[in-house]
Amino acid sequence: MEIELKNIHKSFINQGERVSVLKGINGEAEKGEILTIIGPSGSGKSTILSLCNLLQTPDDGELYVGGKEIRDWDVRQLRRYVGIAFQSGPMMKGTVLENLSLPMQLQGRTLDNPQTYMNYVGLSEELLNREAKELSGGQRQRLSLARTLVNQPSVLLLDEVTSALDSKAAQEIEALILSINKDHNTTILWVTHDLAQAERVGDQTWFIMDGQLVEAATTKQFFSEPKDQRTKEFLNRSRDKK
Amino acid sequence: MSLLAIILSFIFVILALVLSTAFKLGLGKDIIITCVRATIQLLVVGYILNAVFGFDHPLGIILMLLVMILVAAQNAAKRGRNIPFVFWKIFITISIVEIVTQGFLLGLKIVPATPQYIISISGMIIGNSMIIANLFLNRLQAEIDLRKEEILLVLSLGGSVKQSIFPILKNSIRASLIPTIEGQKTIGLVQLPGMMTGQIIAGADPIQAVKFQLLIVFLIMAAASLTAIILGFLLYPSLFNKEQQLVPNRFLSP
Repeated sequence: MEIELKNIHKSFINQGERVSVLKGINGEAEKGEILTIIGPSGSGKSTILSLCNLLQTPDDGELYVGGKEIRDWDVRQLRRYVGIAFQSGPMMKGTVLENLSLPMQLQGRTLDNPQTYMNYVGLSEELLNREAKELSGGQRQRLSLARTLVNQPSVLLLDEVTSALDSKAAQEIEALILSINKDHNTTILWVTHDLAQAERVGDQTWFIMDGQLVEAATTKQFFSEPKDQRTKEFLNRSRDKK
Repeated sequence: MSLLAIILSFIFVILALVLSTAFKLGLGKDIIITCVRATIQLLVVGYILNAVFGFDHPLGIILMLLVMILVAAQNAAKRGRNIPFVFWKIFITISIVEIVTQGFLLGLKIVPATPQYIISISGMIIGNSMIIANLFLNRLQAEIDLRKEEILLVLSLGGSVKQSIFPILKNSIRASLIPTIEGQKTIGLVQLPGMMTGQIIAGADPIQAVKFQLLIVFLIMAAASLTAIILGFLLYPSLFNKEQQLVPNRFLSP
């Protein structure tokens, strides 16, 4: 099993009060699988991702990545094994090349083949010397994915990576992610608000609500025969909105 | 200066109070507190300095400097009071700055090793370091709030804590030094420095006063740079936990 969560709890202090964000999550994702995670805003979806990359630590429970409990990993090694792409596609000050090379630069190495990564994510090599912050939303997200791929992660965490993009750019990024999964057998945990996207790309889908994993099933089964009443209501509500 | 002259100088306080009342600035209480505090503090310091100069023993100087550094560290630490050991980090920083600068001054015999020189110059160095520490903490907080995503990005890509905070640290150090550098650019053109003015009023040769002021300008420049850099490097590890995660809410308003 590539990712395994056992009774994961996480809480935060907000304005002096402890708020429980995850309340005993159990679940797993196999190697090469695409796991789509859906649920209302603030339900704890993004927190699951940040725990897998150890940007946050669970308060309780065990989280296994590549068969090893995250606390047993060397933090920096784990973060290279589990890459994360954020919704905003954040860029450092500097050129596209400097941003693309960042993972290598952090290890004191140089990136030998930036063109390969640019071509892979569908960005023109001519952009390499452009200021990264000048790129369009779609280009930034492509660059963000390419930069994550430089570490050759086995697991990729995607946090709403298409939600800020127009539909054409979103479709292109979605296709790119699917090809990353296919070409590298990368396990993907994909948080999305777009239910159609979750249904289209997922092998397995989780529905998170109020910090609990309400329902986990194969994506096909999840959308065709949801079992839990709360899942049905959420899917109906979301479909009605459209 | 006679006692009567000092009493008459309170006219300026009354003028400030009248203006505050006339324009409803609401600063009356602050003006009174500030003036009373300044009077008491300076009188106490005057008597203490008298005693230290009379005592003429290194222990008296060391005790005096220690108190000055403690008060400065206490004041500057308010800004980052959630940062573990922030007081001690500032205390160590200012102490190092004081030792290095006085080491050069006394070691190279630039100034005589008398309490009058050591304590007066130390006051300027420590006070300046305190302001720089305050400015640095202020700027660091703002930079972290603004560029948190960049820190998370570097950490998420497997970068070290130092790599994630370094650009922010550099910016904060630079920004905290700008007022010192800018202030020194117009020195003598816009205003005469307090110490130089004091010397001239006390009857010193203006050229002599300028030479001494130059020494202070150079000293303050070095002390400011040392403070910001040492504090930056002592402080940044406290912003992260052992899992190399950025710990939120390390800064609080004073």
